[in-house]
Amino acid sequence: MGLKRKDLLDVASLSAEDIHLILETADSFKEVSGREIKKVPALRGKTVVNLFFEPSTRTRTSFELAAKRLSADVINFSPSTSSIVKGETLLDTARNIESMQADIIVLRHPSPGAAETLARGVRSSVINAGDGCHEHPTQALLDLFTIRQRKAHLAGLCVVIVGDIAHSRVARSNIYALTKMGATVRVAAPPTMIPLYLDRLGVSVFFDLDRALEGADVVMMLRLQLERLGQAYLPSIREYARLYGLTAERMKRAKPDALVMHPGPLNRGVEIAPEVADSGAAVILDQVANGVAVRMGLMYLLSGG
Amino acid sequence: MTTISRQKEILLMDAHDMKRALTRISHEILERNKGIQDLALVGIRTGGVYLARRIQAFIKQIEGHELPLGELDITLYRDDLGSRRDQPEVRKTSIPFHITDLKIVLVDDVLFTGRTIRAAMDGLIDLGRPAEIQLAVLIDRGHRQLPIKANYVGKSVPTARDEIVHVYLEELGERDRVVLVTAE
Repeated sequence: MGLKRKDLLDVASLSAEDIHLILETADSFKEVSGREIKKVPALRGKTVVNLFFEPSTRTRTSFELAAKRLSADVINFSPSTSSIVKGETLLDTARNIESMQADIIVLRHPSPGAAETLARGVRSSVINAGDGCHEHPTQALLDLFTIRQRKAHLAGLCVVIVGDIAHSRVARSNIYALTKMGATVRVAAPPTMIPLYLDRLGVSVFFDLDRALEGADVVMMLRLQLERLGQAYLPSIREYARLYGLTAERMKRAKPDALVMHPGPLNRGVEIAPEVADSGAAVILDQVANGVAVRMGLMYLLSGG
Repeated sequence: MTTISRQKEILLMDAHDMKRALTRISHEILERNKGIQDLALVGIRTGGVYLARRIQAFIKQIEGHELPLGELDITLYRDDLGSRRDQPEVRKTSIPFHITDLKIVLVDDVLFTGRTIRAAMDGLIDLGRPAEIQLAVLIDRGHRQLPIKANYVGKSVPTARDEIVHVYLEELGERDRVVLVTAE
């Protein structure tokens, strides 16, 4: 048993069996979060370091909570308060952290590949919590967990991912994970937000959201990164909201029991209408709750062997 | 060393022996607790869960009531988690009732070093404060490494440390029996 790897850097290198094992293990950890005393001693005496070079509340808190529910000790490093502002390199920072006997380093970094660079340089396990536009594997795993919870299976489902595919590590990790598990993936976005050669990943590309939604089982909305506005990807937020915003009217094209997902934080009224975000179809808060269980399962699996 | 030498299997209990032992244990549980008031069974995964279900069925035959039954996975409470090479698979703990103030009968197939039971008691106490924890096992094979003793024992078997006791269960697709594997 076990993942037989030191790090989790991406979904691309995971097999369907690995993904299955992580989801099954997470399922066992889900029960712990429902207890009165939400703690098990599995990682007692181990140290988890959250090394976040980008602002994040949700992901960092989720990792912190997961580690604490496993009884690990948790340290949070963020660049503004540490020696990174003094010019230390990523690897030197990590080596210092490693010298303090860190067992798992959770890294979020703006540069694609940062997690892999780090993993090669340290003996600690590294979990990629988002590296630039590359991957955000734990987000995809918790999304799959949430879909499986509602739909019981992943194979054969039609999942539509809507938004800035080109810059989204969430989209990339989900495309890998969903296709490996046998789901059909459609993406919908303005042409400026679709990367070249995307069809090589086995997804179909739509510029028209209404067409993409026909018969969908799951609609996964991405956050519109408003900072992209000045970069000529979009004429205006209003136009984007009109063409690519998920409204209750548009949802009628999907299957009646379709799920709506969003990795957060929400731009209400932009990519998702409030009545959709608050509807029974939305599993956005389930995603957050499941994130803790998935990260617990993953840290448990990486801590063995 | 022992893997090289030839092994032989000795039958410790057949299906009838197991049924008689579990029936007796069910009666003993009722006798000791003066009925089923505030009583619940918790099986330790995997074998203990099936044995707990059988005890639950026997007690239902005798008393006409079904005892609450929980399933406990002790993986996360093992004391060798950090030192083992392989990572043991975590399964689900499912105890669908509040254990606080209940008399809990833990059920396991084989009592050996006592470490599993220590882990199970830690796991239980994380879920609440039972009034009492009792222990029922099908086989007690000795060699305790912790001060732990069963309240209900199907059969006590003297063994050597390097021998292996296998409990085969119908629920897992086997013929009911208990076998001691020993070097010839």
